[in-house]
Amino acid sequence: MGILIDRSTPILVQGITGNQGSFHAGQMAAYGSRVVAGTSPGKGGTIHQGVPVFDRVSDAVNETGASASVMFVPAPFAKDAAFEALAAGIKLLVMVPEHVPVQDTIAILEYARYQGAVVLGPNTFGLVTAGEAKMGIPPGHIFAPGPIGLVARSGTLSYEIADALTRAGLGQTTAVGMGGDPVAGQTFNEILHRFSEDEATKLVVMVGEIGGSAEEEAAPFIQKMNKPVVVYLAGKAAPAGKRMGHAGAIIERGRGTLESKRKALEAAGASVVEMPWDVVPAVRDRLS
Amino acid sequence: MPEGRLATTVDEVVAAVEAIGPAAVKAQVLVGGRGKAGGIRFAENRAEAETVAKAILGMDLKGHLVKQVYVEQKLEVEAEYYLSVTVDRSARKPLIMASAKGGVEIEDVAERDLVRRHVDLSFGLPAYLCREIAAEMGLVGDEAKQVAKIVGQLYDVFRRTDAELVEINPLVRCAGRIIAADARLNIDDSALFRRGDLPMVEEGTALEKKVHAIGLAYVELDGDVAIMANGAGMSMATLDAVQHFGGKPANFLDAGGGASVEPTAQAIEVLIEMKPKVILINIFGGITRCDDVARAITQVKESRGIPVPLVVRLVGTNEEAGIEILKQQGIQAYRDMDQAAEEAVRLSRGGA
Repeated sequence: MGILIDRSTPILVQGITGNQGSFHAGQMAAYGSRVVAGTSPGKGGTIHQGVPVFDRVSDAVNETGASASVMFVPAPFAKDAAFEALAAGIKLLVMVPEHVPVQDTIAILEYARYQGAVVLGPNTFGLVTAGEAKMGIPPGHIFAPGPIGLVARSGTLSYEIADALTRAGLGQTTAVGMGGDPVAGQTFNEILHRFSEDEATKLVVMVGEIGGSAEEEAAPFIQKMNKPVVVYLAGKAAPAGKRMGHAGAIIERGRGTLESKRKALEAAGASVVEMPWDVVPAVRDRLS
Repeated sequence: MPEGRLATTVDEVVAAVEAIGPAAVKAQVLVGGRGKAGGIRFAENRAEAETVAKAILGMDLKGHLVKQVYVEQKLEVEAEYYLSVTVDRSARKPLIMASAKGGVEIEDVAERDLVRRHVDLSFGLPAYLCREIAAEMGLVGDEAKQVAKIVGQLYDVFRRTDAELVEINPLVRCAGRIIAADARLNIDDSALFRRGDLPMVEEGTALEKKVHAIGLAYVELDGDVAIMANGAGMSMATLDAVQHFGGKPANFLDAGGGASVEPTAQAIEVLIEMKPKVILINIFGGITRCDDVARAITQVKESRGIPVPLVVRLVGTNEEAGIEILKQQGIQAYRDMDQAAEEAVRLSRGGA
């Protein structure tokens, strides 16, 4: 169980012959993911990381049945690669690259909606369904199967919290990265809907941060959700008007503050903790 | 556009006012809300020009030194409007905002006085929507026509320049003409690779600019605990942890989610340059390898020395190797983030 991917999901790696694409294609397969093909324009017909490489996504989809794609291409080419994947019928597109122009992201998401596809990212670590499959760059060994759904904007902070959960014996169904950009393919709200429908998920840990209002917008659903939600929000010490690493992590014109997020989420019944190390005790508390 | 010219000295401002007539003298700094902060003042004559120029040139405006002003013909304003195109993060679409009550910051405009319209990028901005926006602002006749046209042009600028924000505030009516009295354009940093034609003005302090040039995300703060972590979220959480224990973060520095020895060593050198009371390094090695981080620390320690106490939290990939390398340097690594942050704060207070 879990959401979005499992061990049977046939995965394509766009940009498989590059440094990152090659390394992570190997890591994904080693974790158990069903990597079926790669693309790399001009390298079609070769074999890389044990899977066939194609020039075009449409050929890869037709010949291998890939339905999900993880993208490791430089940001300037991300829009074209995304359109190619979506046109070929890819239904889950994981966009790892950082620094994709925001107007490109908007165009990609409009086309994804038209094609009925789900996009994660850009600037995401990807996702992992514990013990089954992973797409993107998360280190597999820190996750273990269990009842916790995890959704976060940040990669390393997700790892920190997933590792703490795992060491406390609290395994995960799926950990999903929304990405750190201002405009993201999936929102907290959308991911929470998926977790609420997943039988194996008993509780969701949400890791938010300053900037935008995706956290606040999840509050109405959390209020009526059938599962408890534990939240950690990063960026309390962040000054207004500065981008804190993620393009989306910025308090602009008084919007995107932690206080507004905390208030909305607490009012909706979520347990909002102070520090990352408070997540495990809060999860134990809400599960009992 | 009204008539105007740039000036960097009091004499130039005086000369400009004499040439143009009654004028607005506007501080040229990259920060919003200049008017409220005293960065925009009016001069009718030579004497006023001198007073105003002396007040604004060299002033500190929200942390920015004013080196240049724009002297602009004072307009006999009949009405002030607001117009912008930005990205709506929630709707994931471009958003046009307009108001007949411009001239103040948009946050101060009441919601009922704001017209909001989303645009589908793929379909573009149809002319009827521009007319509708002007009509909802309460404009009629030729004025509505002029504003509708400007809405369309502003959206074109937004698209053509890969803007995050393009704003005209105020858009003014002057003797029946519509004039953009002030404007702001923020370009998406991620799109600069295809916008090389635009002049670039980088914001930030000298050290911030230097660190950005290495390719690291860095923000200067005013505390005394220098901080480096891997990944934006972890870096933010580390700042929060230091603050939680009563310490003051000196900076935000993301060494990258998978940084190797060299960039990590460069990042540590930046921390030393800040002359903090203590340095805190917080690493959860996923893609980042703990032994690489330990090697970076060793490299900096051996090449130039680390003159202040160093607290390291190191867990994850190749943790044992990393801890062993640090041990040889006499550094005891922490396993838990809270303990490391607490120790760093204790040391920043002189170890008490």
